Amino acid sequence: MTSHRYALRAPQDTPGSWKTYLGLAAIMAFSAFPVYWMFVIATSTDEAVTQMPPSVIPGNQLLVNLNEVFTLQDVYFTASLINSFITALTITVATLFFCSLAGFAFAKLRFRGRNALMVVVILTLTVPNQLGVVALYIVMGKLQWNGTLLAVIAPGLVSAFGVFYMRQFIAHAVPDELVESARIDGALTMRVYWNIVLPAIRPALAVLGLLTFVMAWNDFQWPLITLNGTEFPTSMVALSDLASGNYVIYRRVLAGAFVATVPLIVLLLIGGRQLVRGIMEGAVKS
Amino acid sequence: MSLTQLRPSAQHRAEPPRTPNKVKLWLYRFDTKTVPYALIAPFFLLFGVFGLFPIIFNGVVALRNWRLDDPTLTGWAGFGNFTKLLSDEDFWNALGNTFGIFLLSTVPQLLAALIVASVLNRRLRATTWWRIGVLLPYLTPVVASTLVFAVFFSRDYGMANWFLSLVGFGESDPLDWRAAKWSSWIAIATMVNWKWIGYNALLYLSAMQTIPKDVYEAAAVDGAGPWRQLWRITVPMIQPVVVFTVILSTIGGLQLFNEPMMFDENPQSASGGSDHQFQTIAQLIYKVGWKDLNLGYAAAMSWALFLIILIVAGVNALLTKRIGGDR
Repeated sequence: MTSHRYALRAPQDTPGSWKTYLGLAAIMAFSAFPVYWMFVIATSTDEAVTQMPPSVIPGNQLLVNLNEVFTLQDVYFTASLINSFITALTITVATLFFCSLAGFAFAKLRFRGRNALMVVVILTLTVPNQLGVVALYIVMGKLQWNGTLLAVIAPGLVSAFGVFYMRQFIAHAVPDELVESARIDGALTMRVYWNIVLPAIRPALAVLGLLTFVMAWNDFQWPLITLNGTEFPTSMVALSDLASGNYVIYRRVLAGAFVATVPLIVLLLIGGRQLVRGIMEGAVKS
Repeated sequence: MSLTQLRPSAQHRAEPPRTPNKVKLWLYRFDTKTVPYALIAPFFLLFGVFGLFPIIFNGVVALRNWRLDDPTLTGWAGFGNFTKLLSDEDFWNALGNTFGIFLLSTVPQLLAALIVASVLNRRLRATTWWRIGVLLPYLTPVVASTLVFAVFFSRDYGMANWFLSLVGFGESDPLDWRAAKWSSWIAIATMVNWKWIGYNALLYLSAMQTIPKDVYEAAAVDGAGPWRQLWRITVPMIQPVVVFTVILSTIGGLQLFNEPMMFDENPQSASGGSDHQFQTIAQLIYKVGWKDLNLGYAAAMSWALFLIILIVAGVNALLTKRIGGDR
């Protein structure tokens, strides 16, 4: 009888109007513009970079600029990309393995001190890692690892968040009965992990793997402290070298920045769906 | 029924060979008693050595003289490093900068995330692609994106100044964004906001979608429009996630390092501008430790920062609960 001024629908059931799509377009432009402009400058000449109004159309100098970045002395850009791949891949594989093992134990196995140890994991989640950097440097000095990739890789091999995330996922995704019946059939713990747990947690491995790789690739402070001035920088440390000095050539710096960003754009295109789902599911649980 | 019970089972009739059974029993005990610890051992070992120990050991370093350029200077410094902190102008300056940038980045960031989330919270075509789109800044390396923003905010050919000149500001005397506190803080806060709005929006969006739908229907019957619904229903109902994001951005924001480092004309100096106008505490720790080579003092600063983060995170969590909760 009475017509309501507003739709009797929850927001998520309301179809987007043209205003919604206009808003979305603006949000996308805001998100993508810095990355796009990175590409524009990476393909431009010096004149185009200093032109007013600023140019927003890509030039044709990408190869010229890339060539300069890769052949620049004392920056070790090629080596830095290889180093970043080695570091991020090792950290990702190790984190997935160790965290899924520990998460499995915490979710499905019974042992003394389980709950107390899980509380320790949760408490360490909240400790800001950056605050131990000074002592970490001293520890690495004693091991004589400073200046090597080992110093960057070792602290990243496990993460408290990874253990917590895996425990939550395995607790829901792997039914107790399945573990029990495999046990009765005589399967040992590692066989249960390999044959039952691992196949069931593939989605969680994808999410944790993506998050870990991104974090390891983008890490800057600790690699800068331990690797700076060596011939083994990661790509982020090499970029900071490229941007230091009295006279900074932006087209060159941003060509380097763009190269170091491309792997992550590729990851976003391949794994974006999993990443979105992982971030949104993680939020509901916590 | 009883027949089956009376008959001895096959297992009982055949005498089992003793040794394999013993081995089996031992294996079974080993598998249930020891293996669980073996599964969690790698985490605790690695985390203990490279995560927990450094943080505790940091406390020891903070109480000692520890210089990288003078290994002979050792011994306990007592609270010397901490008392030095109290009268260190650089420290107080960095503390002010950190808080200034933190406020300029957190508040707009979370408000914008709320708006973005409510735009995404509609029935849309290609839902997932919009969500993937807002995650692009989260994945982009801060070191790389800060370099773009450094061009954007540069004095002579920067796009920011070009926009300002369009509205008739600074045409003859363009703004040097790095020079003053307020302008450098705004520039750095813009970078932080850019990176985190999308990520937080996804957290809010996921919480929004768990709100019961009839709540909105009731509100619409009462004549509440979309804007009122957002502030009166959505925000109070996703309050736990809001508190969570406030704590997260407090912990992250007070440790801000990459953006001020790379915004500097000479990133590796860690000076935070010609007059330290945008030097943050994390940056000062790096400078004291690895440019001035005074690790003991840098460790003391780290502990001070830890305390500050604890206090501010606690206060912010309480404040958010108060403001968000319906009274």
